[in-house]
Amino acid sequence: MATSPRATVRQYWVAIRAMIVLTVALGILYPLVITGIGQLAFRGQANGSTITGASGRDVGSSLIAQSFSGKDGAPLTQWFQPRPSAVDFDANGSGGSNLGPNNPDLVKAIDARKKVIEQTYGVTAAQIPADAVTASFSGLDPDVSIAYADLQVAKVAQTRGLPVAQVQKLVAENTHGRDLGYLGDAYVNVVTLNAALAKMDPSGNGE
Amino acid sequence: MTNLWLFLAQFGTLAGILALAYRPLGDYMAITFTTKRDLAPERGFYRLIGVRPGAEQSWQQYLRAVLAFSVVGVLFVYALQRFQQWLPYSLGLPNVHPGLAFNTAISFMANTNWQSYSPEQTVGYTVQMAGLAVQNFVSAAVGIAVAVALVRGFTLRRSGTIGNFWVDLTRAVLRILLPIAAIGAIILIAGGVIQNFNPVETVHTIAGGVQHLPGGPAASQEAIKLLGTNGGGFFNANSAHPFENPTAWTNLVEVVLMLVIPFSLPRTFGRMVGDDRQGYAILAAMGVLFTACLVAGTIFELHGGGDSAIAAAGGAMEGKEQRLGILGTMLFDTTGTSTSTGAVTSAHDSMTSFGGMMMLVNMMLGEVSPGGVGTGLYGILVMAVVAVFLAGLMVGRTPEYLGKKIGGREMKFASLYFLTTPTLVLVGTGLSFAVPALRGSIVHTSILNPGQHGFSEVLYAFTSAANNNGSAFAGLTADTPWLNASLGAAMFLGRLLPIAFALALAGSLAAQDRAPVTAATLPTHRPQFVGLLIGTILLVSALTYFPVLALGPIAEGLHS
Repeated sequence: MATSPRATVRQYWVAIRAMIVLTVALGILYPLVITGIGQLAFRGQANGSTITGASGRDVGSSLIAQSFSGKDGAPLTQWFQPRPSAVDFDANGSGGSNLGPNNPDLVKAIDARKKVIEQTYGVTAAQIPADAVTASFSGLDPDVSIAYADLQVAKVAQTRGLPVAQVQKLVAENTHGRDLGYLGDAYVNVVTLNAALAKMDPSGNGE
Repeated sequence: MTNLWLFLAQFGTLAGILALAYRPLGDYMAITFTTKRDLAPERGFYRLIGVRPGAEQSWQQYLRAVLAFSVVGVLFVYALQRFQQWLPYSLGLPNVHPGLAFNTAISFMANTNWQSYSPEQTVGYTVQMAGLAVQNFVSAAVGIAVAVALVRGFTLRRSGTIGNFWVDLTRAVLRILLPIAAIGAIILIAGGVIQNFNPVETVHTIAGGVQHLPGGPAASQEAIKLLGTNGGGFFNANSAHPFENPTAWTNLVEVVLMLVIPFSLPRTFGRMVGDDRQGYAILAAMGVLFTACLVAGTIFELHGGGDSAIAAAGGAMEGKEQRLGILGTMLFDTTGTSTSTGAVTSAHDSMTSFGGMMMLVNMMLGEVSPGGVGTGLYGILVMAVVAVFLAGLMVGRTPEYLGKKIGGREMKFASLYFLTTPTLVLVGTGLSFAVPALRGSIVHTSILNPGQHGFSEVLYAFTSAANNNGSAFAGLTADTPWLNASLGAAMFLGRLLPIAFALALAGSLAAQDRAPVTAATLPTHRPQFVGLLIGTILLVSALTYFPVLALGPIAEGLHS
């Protein structure tokens, strides 16, 4: 392995020059070109799939969950509820609970969430699907299972004074099957569902 | 029953895509590394950096070039983080503190992408693009280069050289990684992955609240993060974040990006040694291990009723995304841990005891099922050398692989190779609990979950770092002086020592003449050898890691 200091210095000088050129090409040009193509061809997606409210202003992204709880943390039943979030729906600070499968704190949290759902929606514990009482890893999962959406329909309709069938129809419109029929899981997008609800029944949005 | 069909349909689609890519991509990569022709931009690049592309290197020179390039890479990424606040598009974020910057710089050079930090709150767009994403490209290219150099060891006869590192690096980046990453990035944007330079946008939400939506060039980084089996997320939640992995079909695209090069490299190997069947044998061993681990992990997650929190919720959905479901999640996460990517789409910390154990096992196999880009191929070729040697001992034949004698010198390098990672994992985990001063910081600051699961968090961290995977039982708080330093060291040594041993082995093989095939030569393209190779991999990892697995996930799973 004997090597002259000069050869070593030369080797590092090559490495430094290579890193500079590669940084310009891969770290600057490549992302700029991709951004250009993305902004031209897929503007909506590239900019975060934002959705607009009645006023025409952005009210969020169809991909990112939002909070539909009151200041006390209780669910606002004029809205469909998303899954629990370990980061309180902080879109700029994603994350999960990371609680282990036998962590007593997680068991307690799940039991407490079940209680709230049982009392709010008048259902039994056995009717509550797993996604309703567990936090996603992103903390920003905008989707719930069809079972969890169905479980909320009657209460949302009642709070807003709307016919159940009308709310049911909106849920159906915001329900997505598995991709290609077999990839992933079916889901209801709560963010787009609530946005549609807000447009259809502005007087029921409350404060 | 439906889960079975859904699993088979998803698996069949993936296997079909990879099968379609196997020959064309494998052949293309073989041509890339054997042709004498340089492209015009390559010639310009060699002139700029002062390299003669025709100059062949000995294994020592090749290794020195890898080391120089790696050290310079670490310094670049370290410097960018330390000067962050003066860089453009830094989103007002401050300079990264030295311990964390050190850990992160090594992590990205080493193709590990362990992240002791939350990206949204730590690094701006410039550090992500010009620092981290550049390493995503070049660390992957280094892996491919070393793999190609080792394969040349088998093809060359009485040669003192094994190729030129700068040429291999350049071709891996320009001809393989860049075009596929660009296509992947555009597909991902179409699926909803963001790609912009917008600042964080404040919106008034539907229910009248306030939300801060992040922006950033995520898709360009996401594509190479996966294609280069790096794994470092643009966001903290990695590929669970809807802006990184918005749908079940992007999930499959991302899995394909992670697997396409590692599963096609056996073809490149077969082509270069002039016997396609040798490539199929390696592919078979990788494929069997991957499939078995995927099935096991999926079954554990679907039926994880023994764990108290899983039973309370009625399913293993803590830390998982609804759109991906358990099947999509396990396909992605098995891939992420089996390819040394370390990208995750769920919280491994919250998986069932045995499901989480499978994530550990996938890494403990030594990242050869199919392993990272390049690293997987050179890892499994080293294991093939060991398998040939063991078979030789058992039946009294001269150990030979592809016409090269496996003697004492070759076995020394192969043994050092496969001992490096377990040593780093076990010593690191052991020290964390055995040294009182360290144990205090581990128990009171780092570990999140009580009981055996807390032990598993630390074991997982060292397994991930030493194997250059980068995923985590992320409840662990790793931004502490001990873990930043020790995991940084584990990543550095876990990357460069095996590379050194693989290149030494390449040099030793290349120097040999090629022995003729005789009746006494063990055939290495038959199912018998595939079984032997799988057995060797399992033996080496199972014996080494079983005791620590028993202390962690097995104890937790059986106890609950």
